[in-house]
Amino acid sequence: MTATSWGWLVLAFPLAGTLIVALGWRVWPGRVPGWIGSAAILGSFGSAVAMLLALLDRPEESRVLVDSAYTYASTGGFDAGMAILVDPLSVFMCLVVSGVSFLIHVYSVAYMDSDRGYTRFFAYLNFFVFSMLLLVLAANFVVLIVGWAFVGAASYLLISFWYRRATATAAGIKAFVINVVGDVGLVIGAFLIFDATNALDFAAVFERTPEVFGSNDGQLVAACLLLLVGAFAKSAQLPLHTWLPDAMEGPTPVSALIHAATMVTAGVYLIARMHPLFEQAPAAADISAVIGTATLFVAASIALVVTDLKRVIAYSTMSQIGYMILGVSVFAYGAGLFHLMTHAFFKALLFMGAGSVIAAMANEQSLDRMGGFRKAMPFTYVTFTVGALALAGFPLMSGFFSKDEILAFTLNRGGWFVVLAIVGYLTAFMTAFYAFRMVFRVFHGEPSPEARELEGGHLAHGDPVNPSTGEPEDTDVGFPGPEHHIAEHESSMKAAMGPLALLAIVAGFLQVPGVTDVLEGFLEPTFAGSHHVHDHPSDSAEQLGLLLGAALSISGIGLAALLYLRRPGTTGRLQERFAGVHSLLANRWYFDELYALTVVRPFAAAGRLGRTVIESAFVQGVLVDGTVGLVRAGSSFARSIQTGELRAYAALLLAGVSGLLLYFLIVAS
Amino acid sequence: LAAKSTSAGQTRLAAGRKTRLAAGGEARLMDVAWFVVLSAFIFCIGAAGVMTRRSPLVVLLCLELMLNAGNLALIAFARMVGNQEGQIFALIVMVVAACEVVIGLGVIVAMYRRRLPIDVDEMAELRG
Repeated sequence: MTATSWGWLVLAFPLAGTLIVALGWRVWPGRVPGWIGSAAILGSFGSAVAMLLALLDRPEESRVLVDSAYTYASTGGFDAGMAILVDPLSVFMCLVVSGVSFLIHVYSVAYMDSDRGYTRFFAYLNFFVFSMLLLVLAANFVVLIVGWAFVGAASYLLISFWYRRATATAAGIKAFVINVVGDVGLVIGAFLIFDATNALDFAAVFERTPEVFGSNDGQLVAACLLLLVGAFAKSAQLPLHTWLPDAMEGPTPVSALIHAATMVTAGVYLIARMHPLFEQAPAAADISAVIGTATLFVAASIALVVTDLKRVIAYSTMSQIGYMILGVSVFAYGAGLFHLMTHAFFKALLFMGAGSVIAAMANEQSLDRMGGFRKAMPFTYVTFTVGALALAGFPLMSGFFSKDEILAFTLNRGGWFVVLAIVGYLTAFMTAFYAFRMVFRVFHGEPSPEARELEGGHLAHGDPVNPSTGEPEDTDVGFPGPEHHIAEHESSMKAAMGPLALLAIVAGFLQVPGVTDVLEGFLEPTFAGSHHVHDHPSDSAEQLGLLLGAALSISGIGLAALLYLRRPGTTGRLQERFAGVHSLLANRWYFDELYALTVVRPFAAAGRLGRTVIESAFVQGVLVDGTVGLVRAGSSFARSIQTGELRAYAALLLAGVSGLLLYFLIVAS
Repeated sequence: LAAKSTSAGQTRLAAGRKTRLAAGGEARLMDVAWFVVLSAFIFCIGAAGVMTRRSPLVVLLCLELMLNAGNLALIAFARMVGNQEGQIFALIVMVVAACEVVIGLGVIVAMYRRRLPIDVDEMAELRG
């Protein structure tokens, strides 16, 4: 089989999984839908591996393949086919997405076990993976946009999975609205490109780009900025990031899937895929680099003070995606995608560990109430710490190599990019600090009552409440199930976290400066046309960067240890001392308030105006009631004629006939 | 116009019946206006009856008056014009009148049978 046939299979497995799980929702007993869903994704992953092998069999120049199943529309220069593009980039994305998704499915099999929406959950999850794979395999803008929109819809379904929880549905709507803003940007951007190049297929567009557009051509820059709107909305970059922390309302495996491995990396993928456009419009790429840097700093600063465990990881995701965006925007595609991969491993791992801890806390998510789980949950402790070490960029962990490669590339660009790199290094220090703030507050210190209960061999069970509002809930469908599942008790959760922990440790060795160059070598054919492919920092510069990164990471971890292990209570004093800074960060730089003021409230006011003036007064009052009144008046007149009195009818008849006669007499004479 | 055609009809009538009239002496033809006026009177009496009386039986009788006023006018004009069409029409009207009376009386008898009020004002089921 050729690589493209395997590519179709990659798509077919999760689609079939969705249909089988969804259509049999009444039939499947127990954990069967979970295993069906996992098997589908495993099939997809297997096909992706086969696709990789088939691609590696080919000579390096011919590793970009396109296959079209059928022509979707063909009219007047508009040719859109249901086509997939198999090249090293899409194979790489397929492997990461399907591989991590498979482990997340396996984790969910146990984690979601007692939820009444178990089958629905796996149908959504498979659909999400299908959408994401469609997005990364798309060979033209039409399929890309379809996959893009599917991913948005699937994330909405998954975030509002507990649909009777008001905060969850609100978060789902928020995510969907912001994603639609991004969709609009992507669609208009694609149209601007189509308008100039008259092509939708990526290959044709990229071929014509240098002919049609000059460097920094106005239309191209506008198109790239609109593509960036799409990328930023999906990847939760400033200023379209506010949906991501709220999306933590979804079940924890969803957070792992959407906010770690797949959906949020779509923006990074988009920029990497569109690199010929961005290289022709460096102004747009520079804006993207600046925004990525701003995001990585802002998000990390918020993560320093947030007390909700999942939201800390969510902000850390934003921050790490900021690194990736910075990477692909300074044309360091290999580095950005390398970080995408390592981040998928360690962030999914962190979310899984957090899910396990939250389950042990009976769905409580606040760091303030956690503590001392080290003895009660040894497996979760070890794997979570591995994830945190990778996130912190601890020497020789995966995040260590990938993050520093991005920063080394940025430094190498010189000029004002040095500022971005400095912010990146500063944030690396903050990252190490907040990563271990989580570890120390959750697993070290005085054990919480739940931790003590677990040490006694019993899993804590509180009354079901909404963790963000404290509202009481029940455990029926639309709410989390009654039982909690932790990794220590569930082998399938362990089976998912083990390999991820291993990958979080070793994945970095794919790209050790001066030693290995596996990933960039593999991705070479996709970026062969790039002008910046040789702007590589020297090995010695990268190794120097690694030393700096290691120092920052260790000092960040050390500071966290000092504040949370050696002198607990210092943070409270710091908080009082810098109350202004703390409230700025704790209120997430007031982004939500800013949107409430500039977008939400004006829209709500316009909505109220529309309802009172246009809807109530004009549509209901004038159009609807007016028509009704007219018909009613007309019919009451017609009714008044129908007296039912025979003699009146006779009189009318006579009067009519007489009138007619009189008329003819007058006319005739 | 009416006067002109009347006089024309008269001369033709006169021509057609010369022999018979000559035998019967001086028989002056009555002016058609009299018939029409009489017919109009009868018609008005009938119409007034239909509109004012409340007994269905009387209303039927008055209808009959109106129909026969029409018949009278038809026959008078037929005589004036000198052909038979008007008379045939009058015969058809009589047939229709007979049918109508049959149905009307049938309805009235049915109303008696069911002891309904015999009053056209009470029968106002068609009120909107």
